[in-house]
Order: sequence, then structure tokens, then C-alpha cells
Amino acid sequence: MVVNGKKLHFETQISVVELLVHLNLNDTRIVVELNKKILPKTQFTNTILTDSDEIEIVGFVGGG
Amino acid sequence: MSDFILGGKKFKSRLLIGTGKFPQKETITKAIKSSESGIITLALRRVDLQSVEENILSYIPDDMTLLPNTSGARNATEAIRIAHLSEAMGCGNWIKIEVISDQKYLLPDNEETLKATRILVKEGFVVLPYISPDLMTAKKLVDAGAAAVMPLGSPIGSNRGIRTKELSQIIINEIDIPVIIDAGIGAPSDAAMVMEMGADAVLVNTAIASAENPDKMAEAFKLAVQAGRIAFISKLGAKSKFANPSSPLTGFLNS
Repeated sequence: MVVNGKKLHFETQISVVELLVHLNLNDTRIVVELNKKILPKTQFTNTILTDSDEIEIVGFVGGG
Repeated sequence: MSDFILGGKKFKSRLLIGTGKFPQKETITKAIKSSESGIITLALRRVDLQSVEENILSYIPDDMTLLPNTSGARNATEAIRIAHLSEAMGCGNWIKIEVISDQKYLLPDNEETLKATRILVKEGFVVLPYISPDLMTAKKLVDAGAAAVMPLGSPIGSNRGIRTKELSQIIINEIDIPVIIDAGIGAPSDAAMVMEMGADAVLVNTAIASAENPDKMAEAFKLAVQAGRIAFISKLGAKSKFANPSSPLTGFLNS
């Protein structure tokens, strides 16, 4: 799968929650786009990712 | 002083501040406090997976109204996508539309901004569009249901002050929704000047963030915005070409 433009490979199936834990990210402060569609936080646990998925994880940064 | 009403909310302060370019994030918290601002801008970006640093939200008091911008958008479609992502963060539905494809001067694309505004207002967003100061665009944004218009003073981050004075004044005079002067405000005197002109509020980022002491500079901007507002309400006296004595014109002892 591609996460934020970077290729990642996992040996076993992995859910969105597990991906976020792996990346050390706090799920309250980010938004996940799965294949260009926003994924509601309520679906993080039961959404299983496949190797062909494209994931964008975005968050707030400083800006004017 | 009268409250500032924006997007259906009441604010005591007419100073909005940005969170970009602060050398240390801790400084942001201090500057926010000194500014007494109630509205703060943010940007949305890909999370850096290499260095997970403390989230910007940790430095912003909970009672602030967040105004995420759509910086990075080059057209209406991208701005709308960013607005949707920002809303999904769960921090409100305010959005500052910023559509830019000119990388040298970072001047906004008014046409794409108008397009995005029309759609996002219909979707229920509180939309604050950043524009080049063009009256007709501002009027169309009012018709589209924008919560405010944000004409620029000079290019983003330039600290060059108000180079659009005449055009901004026309927008202030003719537009009935809040006019927030954004970008390029380099010194508290710039902010005071546009407030004297009748602007409803100002948005300041670089001038505070790039000051040697951002905390004190935020305070200076707070006072300048207040002074300018009071001066506007008090209505400036008339200008004249020649002197008008403030003291009696008679000689000191003989008339």
C-alpha cells in the first residue's frame, strides 16, 4: 500500500487502527483518506487495508 | 467597544492570528494569549511519517475558534477537498478559502475562490475567502453567502504593509459583510490604519511570528487594532490644505 506517497508492505492483513499504531499516530488529531475518500473515524477499526490501497493521513500544521 | 460578529459568533477581539512560521511552537501559545484574539488560522498537510512531532492543536487554547485555510489548493476542486478534510478533523466548519497558483507573489485566484465559495456555502461551511481586492468579486462573494471577505494588503508574508489602500477602502465602503484585511500587514501601524479606514478586522501572521519577540508584538497588534477601531468609531476630523491654529491667533499680550 502507499501511505502518504511512501510504499509500505505488511506481511499480515492490517486495519487502519493498526496502521496508525504502527506509525505512532494519535487518531484524534488526523484525518484519513482511503483511495481519495475520507474514512470516518468510526470505520478505522473494521477497515482492513489491502496492498493496492492508497492512504493519505493529514493533520493540522501552522499556517496563516 | 462593540462586539465583532463573524459566522454567527460574537468576538471581543478584531484581531485574527495565524500560526505559521513561529520559530518555536511554544511561542504560539504565548502570542495567542497576548493578542487576546479569538480566531486562529491553521493549515492542513500530509503528516510527516518520519518525524512525528507534537501536534499544533496542543498549543492552541480550546476556546479559540479554528479557521483552517485551504493553502496548497491551486483550484476550486482542491480547495473543496481540503475543506472536507478539515471538517473531518472535527474542529468546526469554518474555512478560509485560499486558492493560489502563482508561486512568486502568492496572489489568489479570485475566480476559483468564488467557485469554491459557492459550493462550500451550500454545503453549510462558514466561508472566509482570501481575495485580491476587487469590488466585483467581493460583491459576488456576498451573493454566494460568504461570511466575510478577506482582501490582501500586500503579498503573503512580505511584511510590506497596505499597498492596496484605495481598493481596500472601496471594498470596506461598499461591502456590508465583514471585511478582514489579510496578508502583508507588517507593523501594528498598518493594522491601526486599516482599522481607522473601517475594516472590521485584520489577520496577522508573519509580522508576529517573525518579530524578535512575538509575544510582545502580538500585544502591540492587539493595542493597534483596538486604537484603530476606536478612531474609526470616533470619526476622524476633516483634513485641510493649510494650517488651522489650535491656539488663539492673537499675539501673546496684545490683541
